[in-house]
Amino acid sequence: MKACEIRGLEKSFGRNHVLRGIDLDLGAGEVTVLMGANGAGKSTLVKILCGFQGANAGTMTLEGRPYSPADAADAISCGVVTVHQSIDDGVIPDLDVATNLMLNRLTEQGAGLMVRDRALRIAARKVADNMGLDLDVRARVSDLSVADRQMIAIARAMAYEPKVLILDEPTSSLSASEADRLFALLDRLRDQGVAILYISHRMSDIRRIADRIVCMRDGRISGVFDQAPLDYDGAVTAMLGHKMTEVDIEVVSGGPAILEVDQVLLDGSDTPVSFSAHDGEVVAITGLLGSGKSQLADMIFGQKPVRAGQLRIDGQPYRPASAAQAVAAGVFMSSKDRSTNAVIPDFDIANNMTLPFLGSFSRLSLLSKRKQRGAATDMIKQIGVKCQSDQDGIGTLSGGNQQKVMIGRWLLEDSRVLLLDEPFQGVDIGARRDIGRHIRATAKGRATLVFAAELDEALEIADRIIVLHEGAIVGTHENSNIDLDALIAQVSGAKDARIQAN
Amino acid sequence: MKNEKILNFAIRFGFLILLVGLVLYFSLSASGFASPRSAAFILQSVAITGILALGVTCTLVVDGFDLSIGSVATTSLMLSAYAMVILEMSAFSAVMLCLLMGAVVGLINGLLIVKFKVPDLLATLGMMFLLIGLQRIPTQGNSIATGMKLPDGSVAEGAFSQAFLWLGRHRFDLVVERLVPVPVVIFLVTALAIYVFLELTRHGRLMYAIGSNERAAALVGANVNRYKIAAYMISGVTASIGGILLAARLGRGDIASGNNLLLDSVAAALIGFAVLGAARPNAFGTAVGALFVGILLQGLTMMNAPYYTQDFVKGAVLVIALVFTFYLSAKRGAGGKT
Repeated sequence: MKACEIRGLEKSFGRNHVLRGIDLDLGAGEVTVLMGANGAGKSTLVKILCGFQGANAGTMTLEGRPYSPADAADAISCGVVTVHQSIDDGVIPDLDVATNLMLNRLTEQGAGLMVRDRALRIAARKVADNMGLDLDVRARVSDLSVADRQMIAIARAMAYEPKVLILDEPTSSLSASEADRLFALLDRLRDQGVAILYISHRMSDIRRIADRIVCMRDGRISGVFDQAPLDYDGAVTAMLGHKMTEVDIEVVSGGPAILEVDQVLLDGSDTPVSFSAHDGEVVAITGLLGSGKSQLADMIFGQKPVRAGQLRIDGQPYRPASAAQAVAAGVFMSSKDRSTNAVIPDFDIANNMTLPFLGSFSRLSLLSKRKQRGAATDMIKQIGVKCQSDQDGIGTLSGGNQQKVMIGRWLLEDSRVLLLDEPFQGVDIGARRDIGRHIRATAKGRATLVFAAELDEALEIADRIIVLHEGAIVGTHENSNIDLDALIAQVSGAKDARIQAN
Repeated sequence: MKNEKILNFAIRFGFLILLVGLVLYFSLSASGFASPRSAAFILQSVAITGILALGVTCTLVVDGFDLSIGSVATTSLMLSAYAMVILEMSAFSAVMLCLLMGAVVGLINGLLIVKFKVPDLLATLGMMFLLIGLQRIPTQGNSIATGMKLPDGSVAEGAFSQAFLWLGRHRFDLVVERLVPVPVVIFLVTALAIYVFLELTRHGRLMYAIGSNERAAALVGANVNRYKIAAYMISGVTASIGGILLAARLGRGDIASGNNLLLDSVAAALIGFAVLGAARPNAFGTAVGALFVGILLQGLTMMNAPYYTQDFVKGAVLVIALVFTFYLSAKRGAGGKT
């Protein structure tokens, strides 16, 4: 039975076409897993389903009746309930469990003026019991674990007798045992006939919970898998895509080793990670969310302590405690998620670009605007930023051009090790090619590490691809005539692939 | 397109045009307004608030706020009086002591905010309270002046030295004899120094970067904590300079003066956002903002507006300036995108 049908859903923000005709069915008593890389349009789809945003075109039906929620409250009263990724949106940490569970009662029409705490607690205990939650309803939510908070958000959602329950990356901050509790709860809800849309990247979760997998890519459904046994590798392929790219890489094996990662332990793994990156070589590190990519990048850039093992640069031990120390050692990183980690929104292009090296553009601390602008103008030309001049505000640029500025920033001076964490996030294909070409052209004299989840991106830029899965290296490939099936199997963590790699 | 140009022009120059218009209007309608003496008087009236405002500008640049400046200034006022009248120190040591006090208070503010993660408004509010109380303890809540009775029964024999009073009372010759008071010179020098620091040095640029996106600044290797502490220390030192000048002008440790310093100087810094369409804290704007308030009040006073309307006028200017900054620039921002 179909609980929810979506047909031809479209949504754009300005020129940015985010959803390009989505057809999706959610079956009652079934867990549908939605997979998609960053920017595939998952979040937008969820926002439309739960009433935060309206669609531009397309229809939705709920149990056969047309469904177009006016706002979030309307969606909930129709029976579509969403538990959002950042769990603190769903609970009020300063209030107790009972109030949190019964919050909706307080906003109902006809609710009394006075809050009767005793009655509230009794009702709350009933809700908790129904869900199999063992909680003190007087406890303050801020004292509870993340998993408990999530349970509360879900329990409250259940008070509406939802027909569709949407969970957006619910396990991203849960431990394994907490996640097990969540899955047990989801199993119960599935048995009660709720249609569950479960959004996740984590293959282990997906294996545990999925009845059906739907993949999104570039605003379209790129694959539906509902035949048991589910084709997990196929799903990863559909999510990441690897239409053999037209970019030809002339593989360079590189000079002497510059960066050596020696027996480093990543969180959630007992297998130490070791590899080295050589002079002139571009190494791509790929893997799904939670595979340890970002962690590794943070360690090399001094954002996270190295617990076990050692990093070496040119044979010397290297232990940065901060970004400043990393930069001083010649290790530069263009961070992922540029709007929070890199862009200075108040500054123009020249100032954004020269920010890490203001010392080189000043004498006795006095900045030389001429030098700053000269260097920025050169880099704009080299990397092909489309702008009027170096004095344009950074906010006037498109995402791709902003990213070029952020990467150009770290090419102004020579580095020993250049880290690019998700350099192609929210970047159009043209800018992606420009950046990739420039990184490869300037690669001599340093080791370059590119952290990218999308295989296309890795294939377009790297000489060598290292695959991480749950904090361990599961495969290393020279980027020529790559066995894509093996690569994808390793990314998705298939057991046999791991044995091969070892 | 044309509308957008007008809007841009209004945002950029509106406030300066308003300032020029105000000066012209007062010059024509109040006799004696357009004279060197009157100009010097206006500058003198805004010098101390202006100096404090320049300090608070630095904390605004790093996206912080310093509520303690008013009380740092009055503490510096009382401390200088105490040092000279009761401890009988020299002018030089008294000034150094006050500057040191300002720097230490700034350091503590900065550490509270950076190390102990107390929100800036709360940390500096607490510091404000603490200082207001602290400055009263040594003198049991009394003002300090030569010949006052001390708690142990003796009489305070020290006095404000002439060198110290010179800071508040001397006037340099410029066109007219004895025209420009020392505080005005110190105000202009401070304004220039803060301007150069914020706009032209790499440290200032990094402070603006921290205020705009702290995380990004940290990830390019800026020492965010150190810069934030530095901003509060600058604010503390400038506030103590303001207090020293106030003491030198009054010639006694008056427990009741300096009540309005905090509000006036914060207003000047915020009005500064509107100058030249900067839409962010900046030293030039702050100085102009302080002058704007001074000119308006002097003009109105010369046109016989009663003194009790002053705060109302200042408030109105501040609200208008904030509309200039936030509403109009938001409009411009929206216009730029489509």
